Amino acid sequence: MGCSSSVADRKSENVIRAAILIQKWYRFTMARLEMRRRYSLSIFQSIEYADEQDQLQVCDLPFFLFNGVQREILSRGLLLELEQELVQMGLIAVPDSYYGPRLSFPLTVEDANALLHAFRNEQLLHARYVLQLLSETRRVLKEMPNITHLSTSYSKEITVCGDLHGNLDDLLLIFYKNGLPSEQNPYVFNGDFVDRGKNSMEILIILFILGVGQEISEYILQDHWKQILSLLRDVFSWLPLATIIDSKVLILHGGISDTTDLDFLNALERNKVRDHIHVRVILFSFKNFAIIFLYKWNKSLSPKEHILDILWSDPRSQNGCTPNKCRGGGCYFGPDVTAKLFERYNLKMLIRSHEFKPEGYEISHDGKVITIFSASNYYEEGSNRGAYIKLNPELTPRFVQYQVSKLTRRQNLRERVGTIESSALKSLREKIYAHRSELISAFAQYDTNGTGRISVNDWAAAMESVLQLELPWRMLRSQLAQMNPDGEVDFMSCFYDLKMGQPIKEAQPALAETLCRYRKDLEIIFNIIDKDHSGLISLEEFSQTWRLFTSHLGIDIQDDSIDKLVLSIDYNKDGHIDFNEFLEAFHVVHRLEKKATS
Amino acid sequence: MAAREEKGEDALVAEIEKKITETFEVFDRESNKTVDVREIGCIVRALGCFPTEAEVQKLLEQIEVEEPGGFVHLEHFLPVMTKVLLDKRFQPIPEDVILHAFEALDENKCGYITKDDLVKHLTQGGEPFTQEEMEDMLAVALDPETDILHYRDYRIKLVVDETKTFPFNG
Repeated sequence: MGCSSSVADRKSENVIRAAILIQKWYRFTMARLEMRRRYSLSIFQSIEYADEQDQLQVCDLPFFLFNGVQREILSRGLLLELEQELVQMGLIAVPDSYYGPRLSFPLTVEDANALLHAFRNEQLLHARYVLQLLSETRRVLKEMPNITHLSTSYSKEITVCGDLHGNLDDLLLIFYKNGLPSEQNPYVFNGDFVDRGKNSMEILIILFILGVGQEISEYILQDHWKQILSLLRDVFSWLPLATIIDSKVLILHGGISDTTDLDFLNALERNKVRDHIHVRVILFSFKNFAIIFLYKWNKSLSPKEHILDILWSDPRSQNGCTPNKCRGGGCYFGPDVTAKLFERYNLKMLIRSHEFKPEGYEISHDGKVITIFSASNYYEEGSNRGAYIKLNPELTPRFVQYQVSKLTRRQNLRERVGTIESSALKSLREKIYAHRSELISAFAQYDTNGTGRISVNDWAAAMESVLQLELPWRMLRSQLAQMNPDGEVDFMSCFYDLKMGQPIKEAQPALAETLCRYRKDLEIIFNIIDKDHSGLISLEEFSQTWRLFTSHLGIDIQDDSIDKLVLSIDYNKDGHIDFNEFLEAFHVVHRLEKKATS
Repeated sequence: MAAREEKGEDALVAEIEKKITETFEVFDRESNKTVDVREIGCIVRALGCFPTEAEVQKLLEQIEVEEPGGFVHLEHFLPVMTKVLLDKRFQPIPEDVILHAFEALDENKCGYITKDDLVKHLTQGGEPFTQEEMEDMLAVALDPETDILHYRDYRIKLVVDETKTFPFNG
């Protein structure tokens, strides 16, 4: 008896010890998975913020394009032109061959449904109707105050959505789960509707239609993109700055600062502020045809600071209000700033968006501040959920999360992290390639003996000094560069697995890297110039654009190198360049199998 | 000789401190040199250590946790973690030890463990898994058709994953 029980004891001891070991080991692998997930998201976010800073320079460009292409609209009084254009609009004929949605003013629910249906099936909408919709939207918006007041007494719940970033799928999912907007089902959309996603224009149209509540039939004719752009810019300048629900819940896009003054914001002429503010690029693409929408913001004038604050600020857990160095505008505001604002205006909650959140939402400042982010899979399939808030008359928030998925089988955690990680590393490697020359000179400074190898510390320091992404370089090193058995990094190995799609001998390295870096922006600009959508532009248009582009960015490239480049890419010598083919050549290609030896 | 050794050790400590700082910052959501106390276990493991939950708790006792909110500041974490790495505590578990552990749970010595047995052992014994942890493991480990864990294959799969992606060497 005694014998068998001690055997049993020992056995159960072994089992427990075994369990502990397995649990310990499992938790180890999960922690490492979590680390990979975090640094992948970190990579995405750093690159995103860095690109935003870059874009802030590039987005001035279309102004020069306008000047080159059609001065009248922008240099003269905008409104005057628009009125004339609007008169013309009635004369824009919609061809019989068009079978997209035909809407008429005033809009009805049927029109909104027809439009949703059309967009789900990737149909186009005619330019004329876009213009009509925009002008109607502007008319309605103009009548709204800077700060809109809503009340929950008319409806059971109010739904608040955050950043959509052009994800039409998310918007359709929200409408599917939560119903279309109506008087009984009001929505607040808290900014960043567009930019980055493919369906920005569709989202705007839907939102404007539903907001305006009018019937609109739209055709898109490429010839009218200039009018659309101008009108869009005007419409955006009329968007209200904030919403307050039941006098207790403040909703704005970014955040607040210690100088935020709601009375001041309510009183200023919001549409006038637009011309003086720091540039922020919002990119729309409508099928084959891209528009760059500019919203110019300049930091030097004071009312604009207040607007910058509400658009760009982020909450932080530390007290105080410090400049937001990540964004280049607005501030980081702490719980004390929130508390003070709440006390001053007798508020209970602040709802804002503007920041990516893996779960679609986050609560901070002791329950006072809610961040709501509605674009699921923002960086990559599986990167995050989206969410929206349902606010009842007691003003208790309820969160609904979702995630649109293109895959038929849901990936498990390990697979998802793998997907996000490869995508993030791919973007990072492209950025590395685009800064090749600078990186090589930075490495060379540490490589005093010219061996081609430097310490991990030096490698990490060089990477950070050039790319300035604040990433964990030592952690990422094994994925980015090779190390020899002595523990030194072979720095040129960063570039081994990356090459240009098609080496162009005539392109000097600096030129090639610049093209890599701004490839997406150039694509958009070329698309604008290419009026007939043939995919071809003339040599002269190309040269001129390229020159303006580089001089605007302050890049010093010899004139004759551009000429040589241009001649070399006119493959069939017919005086025209297929710019898609051209840009393809500067697309960074990743070799399939990267063997990371460390 | 001693001076050179000392210099070598200084360099080693500096290396370690940089690694710890980098890992810490990955989990530092607001870029203000603090992390949530609940992430400390994750960070310690991300640095290549294999502590049990109890060992993580003991470590935390040595580190000052700021209230309210339960935050740990880098400057408090760094010296404690540096010592852990210098002393080489919480060493990795060799492959064959894991294998023996699974074998210990395999009562009938048939080379596999059923889902029910696995759940029983891991959610009731040792440092029990939460439901989420258990589900996550089952999702990857079980053969979906038979609901059985062939532990030899599973172990190999996970070990391979690790060596492919382990960022820090040693």
